Amino acid sequence: MPPPPYLQASMIHRTFALIAALILMTVSALAQDSAIQSLLQTHRETIEQSSRKTIGPVITALATSGLPSAQTVLEKWQAKDMWQRKADGQFFYAEKIDSKTYELFDFETNSSVEKAAKSDLKQLKPNSGIRALIGTALVQFQLMDPDPVKRHDALISIERDPEPAHLEPLRAAIAGEQDAALLAKKQRLERLLTARYDAASEARVAAINSFADDLGVDARAMLNPLVQTKRRVVAGDVPADLNIARRLTPGGDDLTGDAAYAMLVDAGLAPAKIDAADIKTTLAANIVDGTVGGVPVAELDDMAGRDRAYAALVAGGLAQPTPTEAQIGAALSAHSFFDAYAEADPAVTQAAEQALRSIGTKVAVNQFLDLSLDAISLASIYFLAAIGLAITFGVMGVINMAHGEFIMMGAYTGYVVQQVIPDYTVSIIVAIPLAFAVTFAAGVAMERLVIRWLYNRPLETLLATFGISIALQQIAKNIFGTQARPLTSPGWLDGAWVLNDVVSISYIRIAIFVLALIFLAVFLFIMKRTRLGLETRAVTQNPRMAASMGINPDRVNMLTFGLGSGIAGVAGVAIGLFAKVTSELGSDYIVQSFMTVVVGGVGNIWGTLAGAAMIGFLQKGIEWMNPSNTLAAQTYMIVFIIIFIQFRPRGIIALRGRAAGD
Amino acid sequence: MQRSFLFRTPSTLIFLGALALFTIAVTLLSDAFGAGVISTSFVKTLGKTLCLCLIAVAMDLVWGYCGILSLGHFAFFGLGGYMIGMWLMYERTKDIVTASMAQADIPPTPQEVIDAIGTQIFGVVGSSEFPLVWAFADSLFLQLALVVLVPGVLALVFGWLAFRSRVTGVYLSILTQAMTLALALYLFQNDSGLRGNNGLSGLQNLPGAGDIPQSVMSIWFLWASALALGLGYLLAAWVVSGKLGSVIRGIRDDEARVRFLGYSVEGYKLFIFVLTAVIAGIAGALYYPQAGIVNPAEIAPIASIYLAVWVAIGGRGRLYGAVIGAGFVSLISTWFTGGQAPDLPLGFYTIKWVDWWQVVLGLSFVMVTLFAPKGIGGVFDLITGQRAPERHGADLGPDKGSLQEQEALK
Repeated sequence: MPPPPYLQASMIHRTFALIAALILMTVSALAQDSAIQSLLQTHRETIEQSSRKTIGPVITALATSGLPSAQTVLEKWQAKDMWQRKADGQFFYAEKIDSKTYELFDFETNSSVEKAAKSDLKQLKPNSGIRALIGTALVQFQLMDPDPVKRHDALISIERDPEPAHLEPLRAAIAGEQDAALLAKKQRLERLLTARYDAASEARVAAINSFADDLGVDARAMLNPLVQTKRRVVAGDVPADLNIARRLTPGGDDLTGDAAYAMLVDAGLAPAKIDAADIKTTLAANIVDGTVGGVPVAELDDMAGRDRAYAALVAGGLAQPTPTEAQIGAALSAHSFFDAYAEADPAVTQAAEQALRSIGTKVAVNQFLDLSLDAISLASIYFLAAIGLAITFGVMGVINMAHGEFIMMGAYTGYVVQQVIPDYTVSIIVAIPLAFAVTFAAGVAMERLVIRWLYNRPLETLLATFGISIALQQIAKNIFGTQARPLTSPGWLDGAWVLNDVVSISYIRIAIFVLALIFLAVFLFIMKRTRLGLETRAVTQNPRMAASMGINPDRVNMLTFGLGSGIAGVAGVAIGLFAKVTSELGSDYIVQSFMTVVVGGVGNIWGTLAGAAMIGFLQKGIEWMNPSNTLAAQTYMIVFIIIFIQFRPRGIIALRGRAAGD
Repeated sequence: MQRSFLFRTPSTLIFLGALALFTIAVTLLSDAFGAGVISTSFVKTLGKTLCLCLIAVAMDLVWGYCGILSLGHFAFFGLGGYMIGMWLMYERTKDIVTASMAQADIPPTPQEVIDAIGTQIFGVVGSSEFPLVWAFADSLFLQLALVVLVPGVLALVFGWLAFRSRVTGVYLSILTQAMTLALALYLFQNDSGLRGNNGLSGLQNLPGAGDIPQSVMSIWFLWASALALGLGYLLAAWVVSGKLGSVIRGIRDDEARVRFLGYSVEGYKLFIFVLTAVIAGIAGALYYPQAGIVNPAEIAPIASIYLAVWVAIGGRGRLYGAVIGAGFVSLISTWFTGGQAPDLPLGFYTIKWVDWWQVVLGLSFVMVTLFAPKGIGGVFDLITGQRAPERHGADLGPDKGSLQEQEALK
């Protein structure tokens, strides 16, 4: 099998390089100097001239010389460290001793030659254009550098700013690569550059096709410029030598008649239409004795009057006539409108379009996956915020408007702990039980002092707990101020789990998801497997009967409420990790939390889970449809929930029978 | 039953008298028509307070009498403000634009005037087109109709949906709160067509009344607000006095029993809900020209909750209680949060009322709920000697409301 065309090209190139090197060797044998010095001397005049136009062959000669010191020369030259001794024109690199003296070094041996006065030397100062040329030439050395870090850096710099000239050195550097990761990177970059810059059409198409199901951002960044089009207009028929993406008909879907005519005007192919503003300006310029073209100024307050006056001006030769519909139509039909690719090769653009289409499908699938992950993480946040409510509101039927403030208290507890314990990991481990303790205590206090007097009056519970909520919010504001306080997550939660360039999820969201699962398990365990859970369920269903069985309803209510509040506190630590901790943190979540519980179905933890999942997915779905507007997403979500409640007033999972209560 | 309801409810006559006296007193003490003791800005505050009293009456009607704790009435209030604000802003901008365009050589066409108004109003949200909701902004009559219609229709649709599916109690409260939040979030968007979070501003300038000083204008609005409050109070008092009132109170106390008696509970609730929404809209339409600006933050759910706080502190289930609560709490809040209240040094800490008023308000609200469910209005009961039986201790019987231990001991 013959090698692919682009490899053939490179082989030819290599042969030339070999010949050049042979010639140079002969030259260096003739001169008594080192090989590199004689090479430099050969091109001495051009180097001294230092012009971007003529320097190219010199740099190529250096780069392809195969001399080990060529890299040093190029590096020093680029860094403006190459000097010329005025006496004999020899080139060295120099280090500054003091302001007047420089120490010269030989390129070949790297040994000091002499210390020379600055006045005897001439510094070579390549301009930025030349330095860029040198940089490109240096790439091949960097790509084969023994240090893998340097090779990696070179690849990154090519990736960032690719040039056709990089292709050859990159291909040359693939063969010798030992490091598997770097090899893969080099091969990928080589394909990217081939697709973009190779001379042979077949090679480019082959390279483009190889990216057809590649999700990398770099692949799309390479393909997109290939299919870029420019909208153009020419007189007569479409020129045959252009790579046409599509022809356009004025008045069609892609090009309105007005836009097409505007293109003609911009291209200078047709006279401009006179719009209302121009008419006004012209009229204003032609006011004579309170009339324009015989029409009194006072009558110019509607378009009919203005048109009459303008027609009079045109008739008098004082204004340009506006083109008629017929003229416009004629002009449009006399010209061809089309989108032309900037890339001249149709095979390449076709392959690129195809590759982009197939990438697009794959990206869409992966975006859906990414969105689902986002939705799951949002759902777990809502679940976390709502699970405490699922206990106090769902199980006990107590509506606690201060629930959001318990979340806030948990978050501030985390913040205070971080002020005391500087290690983030330890502080989070301490903060979680502490937040539970603080909010448990607050919940128990609130139940004892306020809520137990109001068990039969739910609306008044709502109002009383709301009073506590505004008091707590203001107290937090007075203590911590209005600015957001940071709750920093430990270092091992930074970063994200990256599946590919489209799908990724940050570790902190995974942690919150896991935390939500743990909470669910804890809730189920307490409710189904412990004495407290049993007593809670008994007291909820029938307090009087429970009391006659020896359960103390007061104590159970207190503990249950404390548990719900404590869980809110832990949720607060989790939420504080990704949201800013402010005194309004809780009120941001309170309505959504209630929604979650109500939509899911009061009194059932699986309902809360379903509610959180529904709200999370719904919100992400709406955001996806209108990504710029999260406010709209929230609005429509709430409206949807209100309508949803109409059809399932008791939520997704409704309790039936005796447990349903009223 | 032949006597007019006014004589059956003497508190209504007393209230109307007090309101008239108050209005006359403020007028006589104002800058514009009298002694100049009360500054124009305070007259405006009083006028706004009257509007807040009006919406408190509506809230009392829907909550205190009908038992629907709506946390959405401030949304209707805000909508009323937006509706009148659209006309005020449109006409005012039109005046300015016409004046500036008259300077040009060529007189403007009507379309140019409208375009210029659009640019003026919507430039702040990066647009110049009039959205559809502004279609009637040039007509005072239609916008005034919308002040009533928009809150009314919204309440009708929402209430019909909610009551139809028998959403009651706290669920309804949360649902109304969600509605309010949705509306506020919607209005916060720039492309809602109502200038996003900038809201409508410059509403204190009545179009075509540029040469009337604000001091006179503030008194006019005070009169208008007092009139609206008086009429609203009268209407509410009439609604709760007759058979309708009895049914409504019955719904509050036990909805199921009223339903079993054959009344259409949903219809009554819907009527009250829509009526109070309309009253709230009118109150808002009078409030915001005095405030000068209406923006979505005014509609946020917290405002509606404060409304419930006022009514509860004033004493729900009696109309004058709502008025007293709204007037007292909103004025005293203005005083405390306005920085006029003197700091309270405790030696180790100085209480700045600007910071701590909210805490006091929140806690006093808890206290009122726990210890004085009748609110300030309960004081009148004490004066007239009506006392509720002492009902503390455990129930003796199996049902709620049965005779209790301590009662039995007496």
